[in-house]
Amino acid sequence: MSSGEFADLLDIDGAGAPPRRNGELLFQAPWESRVFGVTISLYRAGLFEWNEFRRLLIEEIEAWEKKHHDEAEWLYYERWQAALERLLAAKQLCAADELSARARALAERPAGHDH
Amino acid sequence: MSKHHDHDHEHSEIALRVEAIEALLTEKGLIDTKTVDEVIRFYEQDVGPLNGAKVVARAWTDAAYKDRLLRDPGGAIAEMGFGGPEASHLVVVENQPRVHNVVVCTLCSCYPWAVLGLPPNWYKSPAYRSRVVREPRYLLREMGLDLAEDVEIRVWDSSAEVRYLVLPERPAGTEALTTEELAVLVTRDAMIGTAHVKVPA
Repeated sequence: MSSGEFADLLDIDGAGAPPRRNGELLFQAPWESRVFGVTISLYRAGLFEWNEFRRLLIEEIEAWEKKHHDEAEWLYYERWQAALERLLAAKQLCAADELSARARALAERPAGHDH
Repeated sequence: MSKHHDHDHEHSEIALRVEAIEALLTEKGLIDTKTVDEVIRFYEQDVGPLNGAKVVARAWTDAAYKDRLLRDPGGAIAEMGFGGPEASHLVVVENQPRVHNVVVCTLCSCYPWAVLGLPPNWYKSPAYRSRVVREPRYLLREMGLDLAEDVEIRVWDSSAEVRYLVLPERPAGTEALTTEELAVLVTRDAMIGTAHVKVPA
């Protein structure tokens, strides 16, 4: 993916600064950007076809919409995260129990740990 | 414990799981932090609706380019230095005085990243994805675009194979503007089809 020959013409701080020009942050929390970045990195490494991930994302969104009707609870990257976990398990890149064990270990870090 | 608190708690659970995924995949040698950082930086800073705006402005001022854009969108945006894995799926739909195009992805969030960057939150919301199909005229009016009754609305549902970009109409009174000046007027929403391109008063 090329950043494009126009990248140097972009006015990063001005009114035309993309993608903030329409006034919205892309990611609401750091984990949202990390889960996006991890997924795209795996895709670029050729570890899955985009449509494999897309199918899982569609299933996760559909399941959420069947159960919930309150848009206030809607969190797009939560669905993305669920789809990624299923993809990792299906591709045997990372098993769910391995992931849960690591998440528990991370949760038990002492407060004020060094990031 | 309040519902809100529960939700925050769930978020920190997710943050931990995401951190665990990144750590494990990095240890397995499948990804590296530098690439992940670079991907995020690219989508936050380099690619955005200004890409699409430059494409639209050139199509308005260069008839031969517009022709190529409609016939071979992937090739035409590559000429401008834009591309990426999904660019070959791009289809450009042109607004006309009596035809207005609007784009959605009813199943998930497919979107022409190469020209618009990542989609806004409302594009991914259940409400937009269902309502723009069911009641496009009413929804567009709510979003500030009041179309005359005799304007046909065409709703384009993105798919694994196709991503859409709306080529909006060039507003009247912009004949004297350069391509660069025109590009500044073209908004993301106009290229999704939920707004017209307006000339600042």
